[in-house]
Amino acid sequence: MAESHGGATGTGAHTEADGGHHGGGFPPFESSTFASQLVSLAIAFVALYLIVSRLALPRVGGAIEARQNKIEGDLAEAQKLKDQSEAALKAYEGELAAARARAQAIGNESREKANAQADAERKTLEQQLAAKLAEAEKTIASTRATAMSNVRGIAADAAGTIVQQLTGVVPDAASVNAAVDASLKG
Amino acid sequence: MKIDPIHQFNVEPLFTIGRIGDHTIAFTNASLYMFVAVGIIALLLLTSGKQLVPGRLQSVSELSYEFVASMIRSTAGADGMRFFPLIFSLFMFICVSNLVGIVPYTFTVTSHLIVTAALALLVFFTVLIYGLYKNGLKFLKVFVPSGVPGYILPLVMAIEVLSFFLRPVSHSVRLFANMLAGHIALKVFAGFVAMLGASLGVVGWIGGVMPLALAVALTALELLVAFLQAYVFAILTCIYLNDAIHPGH
Repeated sequence: MAESHGGATGTGAHTEADGGHHGGGFPPFESSTFASQLVSLAIAFVALYLIVSRLALPRVGGAIEARQNKIEGDLAEAQKLKDQSEAALKAYEGELAAARARAQAIGNESREKANAQADAERKTLEQQLAAKLAEAEKTIASTRATAMSNVRGIAADAAGTIVQQLTGVVPDAASVNAAVDASLKG
Repeated sequence: MKIDPIHQFNVEPLFTIGRIGDHTIAFTNASLYMFVAVGIIALLLLTSGKQLVPGRLQSVSELSYEFVASMIRSTAGADGMRFFPLIFSLFMFICVSNLVGIVPYTFTVTSHLIVTAALALLVFFTVLIYGLYKNGLKFLKVFVPSGVPGYILPLVMAIEVLSFFLRPVSHSVRLFANMLAGHIALKVFAGFVAMLGASLGVVGWIGGVMPLALAVALTALELLVAFLQAYVFAILTCIYLNDAIHPGH
C-alpha cells in the first residue's frame, strides 16, 4: 500500500502483486483514481477551510491580539506610572523650593528682628551712658570749681604768710586776694 | 531485488463509498493522508495554548499565522487579508502533506497532479471570479501592462493572456513535479543501499555507505523542498490574488 522510500525490502513482492491491478501505469496519471481523489480532496479541504476560518484563525489571532493588547496596556500603564512619578518629583521639588524660600524668609525676619532689638538696646545703653557721662562731667566740673576756689584760699593764705615772713608786715587781705586773682588769671 | 520507485505513488482504495456516474468513489490511502493532514493542522491549531508567553506548539501555530499574514500583507496588501483563511489553509495543507510524505511508508498527497491541479484551479477561479466581481471589466487591465508602446501592445497582451491562463498549469506542475521527483530520488538511493547489501553481502553493505549518506542528505533537502514548495504555492497564490484585488500593473 503506502510503501515509501524508507526501505526497499518487500518492495518487489508488493509491486508484482499490485502490478496487475494498476496495469503498470504511472500512478499520478491513473485517471481511474481521479474521481476518488477529487472527492476526498474536496471534503478534506472544505473541512480544513471551515476549521481554519471558523475556529483556528480566530483562536490563534485572538491569542496574538491579546498579547499585543497586554503589551500595549502594560506599556501605557508604565507610561502612566512614569508620568505620575515625574509629577510627584516635580511636586516634591516645588515643595522643597517653597520650604527653602520660607525658611529664608523666616531667617531674614528673625535676623532683622534681632538686629532691631539689638539696635534699640544699644541706643538705650548709649543714652544711659551719655547721661552718666554728662553727670560725671558735671561732678568733675563742680569738684574742679570747688578745688579751684580752695586753691585760691590756700594761695592767698600762702601769699599772706610768705609776705609776712619776708617783710614782717601783715598785708591786708584785700590786696593779697587781688594779687592772687591776678596771678591765677595770668 | 527490484526497486520500484513508482510504487510509493500508488493509490489504493481502502473501501468504496459510492459511485458518481461511472466513477467509483473510494476512500483511498490518498484520502486517508488528506484527512491526516487536516487532522494534524486542526490538532496543532486548536490544542495549542493561549498563553501570554507561548510554548513550543503555540509558537508553531502563531509563527505560521504571522508568517502567512505577513506574506499576504507584503504581496497583496491589506485588502488581501480577506483571503487569509484560504491562503492559510492552502499553505498549511500543502506544507503538512509534504512533510508527512517524507516519513517513510507514508503517502504524499501532493505528489499527484490531480490534487495539485485541483488546488491550483481553485486559486485560478478564485482570482478570476473575485477579480471580475470586484473590478468588473476593469479586471481586464490585468492583461494590459501600463507604459508599453502602442505598436507592441497586441503582442504583449497576447503573451499576458497566455501566461494568465497557463498559471494553473505552472502552479500545479511545479508542486507536483518537485514532490514526485524528490520522492523518486529518495527511493532510488535508499533502494540502492538495500540492493547492494542484498546482492553483494558485506562488500555491498560497505559500498552502500555512500548512497545511504546521499539518501540522508536528500532527506534533508526534501525537508527544505517540502516547506519551500508550500511557501512558493502560497506566495504565488498571493501574487495572483493581488492581480484580482489591484488589476493593472
